[in-house]
Amino acid sequence: MIIQLDGKNVGFSNGSGHPADNAPAIFFVHGAGMDHTVWVMPARYFARHGYRVMAVDLPGHGKSEGPALDSVDAMADWLGRLIEASAAQASDVTVMGHSMGSLVCMSLAARYPALIDQLVLLGTSAPMPVADVLLNAAEDNDHAAIDMANTWSHGQRSQLGASDNPGTSNLHMGERLLERVADDVYFKDFSACNGFTTEHYDPILAPTLILTGDEDKMTPPRAGMAVAGMLQNSQITHLRGCGHSMLSEQPNQVLDAMSEFIRG
Amino acid sequence: MTNSKHRGPQGMGFDTLSLHAGQVPDPTTGARATPIYQSAAFVFPDSDVAAGLFNIERAGHVYSRLSNPTNAVLEERMAALDHGVGSVVTASGQAALHLAITTILSAGDHIVSSRSVYGGTHNLLEYTLSRFGISTTFVDPRDMDAFANAIQANTKLVFGEVLGNPGLEVLDIPSLSEVAHAHHLPLLIDATFVTPYLCQPIELGADLVVHSATKFLSGHGVVVGGVVVDGGTFDWQSSDKFPTLSEPYVGFHNLVFADEFGPAAFITRARKEGIRDFGACMAPMTAFQILQGLETLPLRMQKHVANALEVAAYLEQHDMVASVSYPGLPSHPDYELAQKMLPKGCGAVFSFEINGGRDAGRAFIESLNVFSHLANVGDAKSLVIHPASTTHHRVDEASLLASGIGPGLVRLSVGLEDAKDLINDLKGGLRAVEKLHKQAAAQQAENRS
Repeated sequence: MIIQLDGKNVGFSNGSGHPADNAPAIFFVHGAGMDHTVWVMPARYFARHGYRVMAVDLPGHGKSEGPALDSVDAMADWLGRLIEASAAQASDVTVMGHSMGSLVCMSLAARYPALIDQLVLLGTSAPMPVADVLLNAAEDNDHAAIDMANTWSHGQRSQLGASDNPGTSNLHMGERLLERVADDVYFKDFSACNGFTTEHYDPILAPTLILTGDEDKMTPPRAGMAVAGMLQNSQITHLRGCGHSMLSEQPNQVLDAMSEFIRG
Repeated sequence: MTNSKHRGPQGMGFDTLSLHAGQVPDPTTGARATPIYQSAAFVFPDSDVAAGLFNIERAGHVYSRLSNPTNAVLEERMAALDHGVGSVVTASGQAALHLAITTILSAGDHIVSSRSVYGGTHNLLEYTLSRFGISTTFVDPRDMDAFANAIQANTKLVFGEVLGNPGLEVLDIPSLSEVAHAHHLPLLIDATFVTPYLCQPIELGADLVVHSATKFLSGHGVVVGGVVVDGGTFDWQSSDKFPTLSEPYVGFHNLVFADEFGPAAFITRARKEGIRDFGACMAPMTAFQILQGLETLPLRMQKHVANALEVAAYLEQHDMVASVSYPGLPSHPDYELAQKMLPKGCGAVFSFEINGGRDAGRAFIESLNVFSHLANVGDAKSLVIHPASTTHHRVDEASLLASGIGPGLVRLSVGLEDAKDLINDLKGGLRAVEKLHKQAAAQQAENRS
């Protein structure tokens, strides 16, 4: 689906929902090089349960017009404008972000606290340094950047397979998604992650759920726990045997944790 | 991202994936082999989970027509081996082809296909699908311009087999992919004769792959099954040609598959519509048996190819053999292309023409002992068939030749026996042909006198 923001197309999915105007809203924000389709299952779940769902494509990703934004704060500014434009009547607003998307959520919560009520952060880390070898390959638009990120983003079980989604190869799904991104976008995303800092943020007070995977090589569990320590009101769920691509590696466990946090 | 200056990590190798992809030891029982989940349906823990499974919010199984845990292991393994985002297994190879086509084509649509395809495929495209309003134009698989020129406004698919039937034409997949993609069309490839061990069409530019798993994938001639693999490479929203994926589907609450599932749009619709409604699903016992075959696929294909090359080379030098059509031999017109596209070998199915027509073909076949005379390929055991006296016995000679089938054409599927025993068996068959020639010559001499 497409809407307009700042005179540009914004791609998103509403999870096939038909919510009331004042329904609670959930905004889903994808990670570096990805798009809204990584959220398909939770988007459809919350849409069926009456939420106004917007799984968005950040500028320059999926069906959203570019250019891709240079910093996490710029992405959060953009998301804030999108929330104001599309969820003004929502009874409350939750933002959920994965990896780079989790940084966007933190930036939004720290700098625009009135816009959101709750946060869910998957595979998070603050700061979120990116290895030079990955950053350099992404700068050269080299497929090795996809290979590195995709391989390191999946736990041991996903390397072999045994996907919970019948007939799906999580590794190849990840690769195809990353191959869709235009040149230079991946590097911009990684640079944004690399430059992320919370030094100028006000304390984040919104209730927050953090999900970590104990086989996550991109944002190890200790990084997620450190983020939890920085927040005023957080809880953490550890996923055993799960890597960084938790939405595809353990979709049911992720959904259960989100649902319990959001719906109580 | 087409540069390759840097080095990325290497994933698991093909042999490892053949054994492991899609399965870890059963978490409940510790079973190392893939369990056979012989259950028609699966219990819902509560109503909300049930609704979530039906609504594609949750991962899991509902009913074995839609998905089954044993089948899912095979599906994921095939996706891993073919470098696809996912796959669906089916009741047969024909069911796989039907599922691939009907997932994106509807009445009024058109296919451009290689004309050198399996006879059953030709029947489906030429006669059966045309009854449902889907038409096909057949073209020479070596003529890329012919493919391009046959594309019409209503064309939705380009199709071919890696190795053609019966001439073993090698399809130039990279070039055909360029033709298809220039017209915003997906390329579907039947890779049955090669398996992912010898050729991974998605890596060469294809978007979708089908296999008859009855053949080399299972490898022992004991099951019938098929598989459709989705490369996840085609942008179904790049044109308005593919409304089944780019527009709301009333049959699933107005779901737009490409919007919500991205690279997995095709394979998700194939499962949520095609398998759901046409119902040509695979039995879990069949999936288990195919998985057993896949575990040794690399080893078997190496031996199949080595034996085939040795047998083909033997036949080529024999006086009673007019020609051998095997792209692993330098005499084949596509030898150079095969060296590039199929560096590990050209499979183990090929045909050759015996001197002496139908009678010679019949005499040859009936003299064989190690080769089994039957209508199949891809068994561990060597197989043989003489189309002019069996599958095409009602067809006159002119029509046979028009189909590329000479009266003395014999098709072999070379198995895993000792190559010397296969060659000795063929020698016996060719001796019978020689005897027939001598008898005919003697008869002619007698008639003249």
